[in-house]
Amino acid sequence: MLENTEETPLIGLLNKIKEIQTAGDRLVQICATKIGGNYELLYTFGRDYDIRHIKVTIEPGAHVPSITDMFPAAYLYENEIHDLFGIAIDGINHDYKGGLYRTPVEAPFK
Amino acid sequence: MRISKSPWLLHYDGSSCNGCDIEVLAATTPRFDVERFGIINTGNPRHADIFLCTGGVNSQNQDVVRQIYDQMPDPKVVLACGICACDGGIFKDCYNILGGTDTVIPVDVYVPGCAVRPEALIDGVVKALKILDEKSEKMKRGEYRSLTSAEYAESLKKTDNKAEAAGMEEKDA
Amino acid sequence: MAAKRSVIPFGPQHPVLPEPIHIDLVTEDEKVVEAIPSIGFVHRGLENLVTKKDFGEMVYVAERICGICSFGHGYGYVDAIEHIMNIEPTGRAKYIRTLLFELSRMHSHILWLGLMADAFGFESLFMETWKYREKVLDMLEAATGGRVIFSIMRIGGLRKDVPDDILSGFLPELDKIEEGIRACEKAFLSDPAVLGRLKGVGYLSKEDAVKLGCEGPFLRASGVARDNRMKGYAAYSDMDFDIITSDDGDSYGRCYVRIQEIYQSANIIRQCIEKMPKEGIYVPIKGFPNGEYMTIIEQPRGGACYYVHASGKKFIERMRVRTPTFANIPALAKTLQGCDVADVPILVVTIDPCISCTER
Repeated sequence: MLENTEETPLIGLLNKIKEIQTAGDRLVQICATKIGGNYELLYTFGRDYDIRHIKVTIEPGAHVPSITDMFPAAYLYENEIHDLFGIAIDGINHDYKGGLYRTPVEAPFK
Repeated sequence: MRISKSPWLLHYDGSSCNGCDIEVLAATTPRFDVERFGIINTGNPRHADIFLCTGGVNSQNQDVVRQIYDQMPDPKVVLACGICACDGGIFKDCYNILGGTDTVIPVDVYVPGCAVRPEALIDGVVKALKILDEKSEKMKRGEYRSLTSAEYAESLKKTDNKAEAAGMEEKDA
Repeated sequence: MAAKRSVIPFGPQHPVLPEPIHIDLVTEDEKVVEAIPSIGFVHRGLENLVTKKDFGEMVYVAERICGICSFGHGYGYVDAIEHIMNIEPTGRAKYIRTLLFELSRMHSHILWLGLMADAFGFESLFMETWKYREKVLDMLEAATGGRVIFSIMRIGGLRKDVPDDILSGFLPELDKIEEGIRACEKAFLSDPAVLGRLKGVGYLSKEDAVKLGCEGPFLRASGVARDNRMKGYAAYSDMDFDIITSDDGDSYGRCYVRIQEIYQSANIIRQCIEKMPKEGIYVPIKGFPNGEYMTIIEQPRGGACYYVHASGKKFIERMRVRTPTFANIPALAKTLQGCDVADVPILVVTIDPCISCTER
């Protein structure tokens, strides 16, 4: 499986990300995958060439807190996940409100 | 004076992978030199006679393509460059692709290829120049005006055949 | 009197933009106060094709994410699948991949130089640089048969071998290209009119570049030495090269880094040809991939992530690509703040935007 991956429950996500920010890592990417009926959010952080992942499994309909307070550049990833997977993300600093990708099917990856 | 002696060209990237776009640009550089036909690459739809569209049309840019087409003065020709612009190509099955350029505007010349080669593109442009002359001749006789994108959408409702839909312009004029 | 704020829409169809991106520029007089990017005009949704095309066919879809960095996208996807399936390609396959990767880097950077020249209105320089790009494309065509989309990647190796005599024929061509670019370099890096458009335009500090997650030449021009090729994937571990950085942090620095990287790529290609092993190019594969992997490689525009999640079936569950332009857009919005409206086209070009990668 993926190396350097830590699984964390949704409730502990922000604390975990805060720790990483304090350690001085940069955000590499955020991505979502639909596995079975649930969604896996994969947050990837890096320091120089080392990368590590935080994995959160959420159920459909769950609200995920935004991490843009700590990593301001995360807004594009979070908007993308909202538009493609229909996952609600609360408190994004630049919220496009579903207007980043205008697709004929709402949330095509849902 | 024939318009085909100095037609201006406008290029818009529908939703192509860039492969065709850079080939369109490469066709204007000295190696292939489509400019030898008096063509200038312009950025302004109101100055353009030839519309090169690359890539399939998706739900977000369909209005942009329609608007560019409607802003171009008559007579005008549309080239669909690359297989994606012809019918959707490899991305045909994607949820966000409506189809080729001819799903929103009438197309005169189809240039296939993935990516389209500059030589094929020059061939397509030369064909387009002939069509441009024919159209302008007919216009002078008052027998022709091109369809607006809205009229084209109407005629598409009457027939599934896109070439037939594009041809309705002449009967109506 | 306080200046009145107005919003100028920029794009998606714009004379200097080869690709559609839309930016709302909030301006006060001639100064940009804020820039709000919006994308999605090229969004096709090709990541969703994994449900319709099997994992072998997805190589061709991955190559068509973008026509400029096509080879890199094919490589990234194949690399991820090979890691999941524990396949080690042969040395020759690795060397040819490295060589083609560097050729596409050269073609991408020369293309960028041309677009840059076009953006600041130096059309003859645009034509001149693209003359040398055609030479690179000729080499790519000789090696693979395609000018921009190559379709030579295959899981387990390559679809066809590149004969040694074709490879050795590249050496004199490389010298010619290098000579030509050195002549163009004078215009880009020392012509006073060009310097006026580049020096000090769009400054991005080292701290901001790291904080906003920049990638590639955009990052290295701000003085951060990070180049994923140093991790030594493909045959890069056998190659001798250094990371090129610049401390300028402005458009001039970005120009400098990319020009130097063209010479660097030419050097790596020479090393590849010299050390090319003689063996097969393909390792047969068995079964279907099962597992997940993320690979990060250095595309011409910066680091790109390829994430593949497979579950032992013919169709993989998820392919996700994070491309460098996607990571560079927040930083672009930052550099646009405080610039003149006239400099916006140049700044958009300096990140080397590849919108079709970004939106997939």
